[in-house]
Order: sequence, then structure tokens, then C-alpha cells
Amino acid sequence: MARRLLVVAYVAAAGIALVFLLLPIAAIFARTSPAHLLDQLSNPVVRDAFVISIKTTVIAQVLILVFGTPLAFLLASRRFRGRALAVTLVELPLVLPPAVAGIGLLAAFGRLGLLGSSLNAVGVTLPFTQTAVIVAVAYVASPLYIRQAVAAFEATDPNLAAASRTLGAGPARTFFRVILPLARGGLIAGLALSFARGLGEFGATIMFAGSLQKVTQTLPLAIYAEFAVNFNATLAMSGVLVLISIVLLAGLHLGLSWQRSDSTRSPFFFGPSSSA
Amino acid sequence: MATLRLDEIALLLRSFELRLTLDVDRTVALVGPSGAGKTTVLRIVAGLTRPHSGRVAVDDEIWVDRERALPPERRRVGLVFQEYALFPHMTVRQNVEYARRHAADDYLERFRIAQLADARPGELSGGERQRVALARALARDPQVLLLDEPLAALDAHTKTAVRAELHDLLAELEIPVLLVTHDFEDAAALAEQVSVIVDGRLRQTGTPSRLVAEPADAFVASFTGANLLNGYADGTTRVRLDDGTLVATADPARGRVSLAVYPWDITLATEPPHDSALNVIHAPIRSVAELGNRVRLAVGPVSAEITAESLARLGLRAGEPVYASFKATGTRVVAEHEPAAPSAGT
Repeated sequence: MARRLLVVAYVAAAGIALVFLLLPIAAIFARTSPAHLLDQLSNPVVRDAFVISIKTTVIAQVLILVFGTPLAFLLASRRFRGRALAVTLVELPLVLPPAVAGIGLLAAFGRLGLLGSSLNAVGVTLPFTQTAVIVAVAYVASPLYIRQAVAAFEATDPNLAAASRTLGAGPARTFFRVILPLARGGLIAGLALSFARGLGEFGATIMFAGSLQKVTQTLPLAIYAEFAVNFNATLAMSGVLVLISIVLLAGLHLGLSWQRSDSTRSPFFFGPSSSA
Repeated sequence: MATLRLDEIALLLRSFELRLTLDVDRTVALVGPSGAGKTTVLRIVAGLTRPHSGRVAVDDEIWVDRERALPPERRRVGLVFQEYALFPHMTVRQNVEYARRHAADDYLERFRIAQLADARPGELSGGERQRVALARALARDPQVLLLDEPLAALDAHTKTAVRAELHDLLAELEIPVLLVTHDFEDAAALAEQVSVIVDGRLRQTGTPSRLVAEPADAFVASFTGANLLNGYADGTTRVRLDDGTLVATADPARGRVSLAVYPWDITLATEPPHDSALNVIHAPIRSVAELGNRVRLAVGPVSAEITAESLARLGLRAGEPVYASFKATGTRVVAEHEPAAPSAGT
């Protein structure tokens, strides 16, 4: 009898946890019909925010990929003094409260910031521009990609790179033909994570770039701005973000399963996820 | 045939210094316990690790010395890794083509893996993987072939067949081959010359049969499969073993010595032998292990090897006492075995 009660309590607890996680998402769609969702996409506030969000996040991801990949490879393949410290510092923006990240960006790149006057001298003003949105997104989202990429590069068997060299390939060919394809799953997973984080960016963006419609107002900022004005619009925008998130989640898992099947070494390391 | 020359190469490893000079102008096996620095030697030749000092050259072409070090891709060297290091994301054909474009077919045919051309390494058996690794290494048309524990990744069943295959291949190749293994039997089967390496230093170099006939020290003796009996020699051909047994040897010696006795020089019998010139150990059989058609029995301090047929004829079983005898000429006196320092890493 006691045993049956325990089983019931166990199943109930698991069920409540699952419902709790899914209910808010279900509620968004319960209150927006697909027709209504499409209808709201012609709302200029929604449309502008959507375009700005996708544009800034995509550009930020490209920057993260181009600058983050070499850093990740360096951290994964070289042993040097202070490496452990460097790996930890890279993760700092991940745990930083977003508002603090925003202040930091202002203090560094703002008009009166550390690099502000130098930027001014070459005619660049960052704060409250679309470029500022990209900078804020890249700042908070890049650690997710970099740490995942470090783990992916570390999981590739160094003997495969060594074999490539003895077979006549130089370092560049070895990287593009052997290391990159083997790490690809982990890199895609990292990209999906950092894309999701970037798309949801709120705190640092509003501090550093503001929330100007048509300029810096991304979907999360627009949701906040429209919240009291047009609740239906916020539901539609949330619906859009949920759909994108589902695609990103699928990408994350696809990447992780690739990494697992390609990795010839230890199972893929997937660290604790961040609070966004 | 070209000659690979390792001249006074030195490299500080974790617990000892690797230091050796070795000429390779045929198939040479570097044998030693794990952690002796064997793999490091191959990495130095391949250019994956740079020695602190010394020189590696193939004929007149210097690969590394004090001034310069050619990167691995500029040395024509074939290295077959212990786990083969096949690229898992490429097919067998792509793996071979990685070493040389447009010539894969010849090598796939030669190594009888043409039917596996489109398979991925993950789908292959151990023996097939090794053939792919060899095909890939040789497709580079190397001046020197390096094999790291070529048989260690195979199960016992495949090993015998692959060893015979590999032996034939190495005999055909007209380039110096340096292979490393921890198994003396594999080394003896594959190589014309065997060098024993312990803690980064060469202990002895010679043909396999010479190493067995005249082991330079107790380590080489035990490595080549001999039993070691420690005792004290008084200047005659008698050695008093530590357990009190008196053993006759062929050569006079003095002081603490080890006697090397090979398992196949020991005869087993259920009755005491009549020949009083024989050394006899009377002890119970500790264990019986079958190795193909031979059987290895542990008797007191020694192990003896007899045929499965003899085992059946004598009716020997574990736990029963037996007479193990060997001639004085079946013993070799070597310097006493020093316990090897615990070593780590390669």
C-alpha cells in the first residue's frame, strides 16, 4: 500500500514538472491562432523588431564564428602558462548579470568610455546604434559558442591531426580537412546555443543600445515595450521566438549527436548551461 | 636500401631521459616495456616531437639536428599508429587518397581492400583497419616506414594471421622499417634485428636468436621469455639459489647472479630423472595455460613449456607435484635482475 502511494507520488511529481515546463509555451499558442500570428506580422512594430533581431543576431553569429573559432582552437590545442585562467575568463560574460555586461560595454565603448574617444576620432559612435546591438549580442553570446568549440576541439583525437601531418598535409590542410570536420557537430551545437542566447538578449542590449523602434528594438525589447500597449502583438512575437527556439533546439541536438558519432575519444562534454 | 640514422638523440621524458643511437637499414624492432620511450622514438623520427639534441637523417638528408627540424609533412615518412588513426569521417578510399591523389586504386588492390573502398573506418574489423592504415602510409611513398605496436590492437585470433601477412609485406618493402612493440615474440617474428629499450636506453641489439642465446642482462633474458633464478655463485659452475637449491651451470661465475632458463629447455616428468647431471626442481604445478598447441605450466619458481600431447601423455594437472629438469647448458648466467623502477608514460 505504502509502496503504491510512493509510485503515485513519484509519477505525479514527474508529471507536474513536465506540465510546468510546457504550460507557458502551450499558453502562448492557446491565445494566438496561427491566423492571428500571421496577421500580427504585418504590424510594423512586430515586423521591424523581427527584422532587427534576425539581422543583428546573424551578423553577431558570423563575428563569433570568425573570431571565436581561432580562439577556441588555440585554447584547446596549445598548452601555455595561464591557459586555465584564459579559459575561465572567456566564460565570464556567461555568468555576468546582463545589466552589468551593458554597463561594461558602455564603460568600454561609450562616448566617455575607455575606447570612446578613439572610436570618436575615426568617426564611430557605438551606443544606441544597431551596431551596438550586434556588439551586445556578440559579447553575451560568444562564450557559449567558444566553450562548446573548445570542448569539441579537445575531443578530436590528436593522433588524427598527427597522422594528417605525416601524410603530407600542412597545418592549414590538417585543420580544414581533419580537425574542423571532426569538430563540426560540437561547433554547430555551440552555434545553436549562442544563437538562442543572442536572440533572447535583453539586459545588455537595452543598456548599451537602447530600445528604439526600427533601430535597436529587437524582439525581446519589443515584447517588453508592447506588453502594456498591445498584448496580442507580444503574444505573436513570443510565438515567433518559440518557433525559432524549437528549430535551434533541434540544431543543438543534431550537432551533439554528430559530435558523439564522429568523436573517436571520450563522450562529448556538455557543460552546465547558462542562465540567460 | 636507404639508411635511417638516429644519432645521439636525447629528450627528457617524465621520469627518465631518452637517449639513443640506432641505425635502421632493414626491419628493426624496438622492444621494451610500456613507458620505455618507444613511441617517442617514432614521433621524433616522424617529426611530431622534437628532440632536445641529436640528429635524425635518412642517407644524406637531415630531418632534424641542432639547427633545423623538417616539419612532418616535409619528411617522406609513413607512420602507422597503434590504433591506426584512420580518419573516421572519410571512406577507406578518401583515407588513402589523402596521402596521394589519383593513386588510391593501386593501393586498395594491393592490400585487398578494394571492396571496402566506400566503407568508413568504423565499419571495419581490426585486421582491415590495419591494411587501410598500411595502404595509406605507403601511398605516401615513404623513405622510411614506422609501425607503432602494429599487432597490439588486434585480438589473439586475428593476430597470428596478420603477423604472417605483415611479415611478407615487410620482406617485400625495400625501405628501412622501424617498428616498436612490447612483445618479444612479435618482434622476433617480424624483424631481422631487435633492440631492447628500457627507461630510454638501449640494453642490447642483435638478431632475435642471438638475444635468446646470449642475453646481455637479466632484463633482456626475462623479456625474451626466460625464467630468472636468483642466487649466489662461488666462482665455480655451481650456483646456490636463494631457496637453497644447488644448480649446475655451464659457465663459472662469482657473486650475486641470475640464471636464465628458457621454458622450452625444461623437461617435465612424474618420476625423478635418472640422469644426475640434470638440475631438478620438485614442486607442485601452480597453473596450466594453453597457448595454441603448446602448454605453459608454472612449476615452483619456473614456467615450462611442453606440447599439448606431452601434457596429455603425462596426465599433468594443477596442484600435483612434478619434476622439472634442465641441463647445465640450458642455463645462462646474467647479472642479477634489478627491480625496474616504476615508469609512467611513453
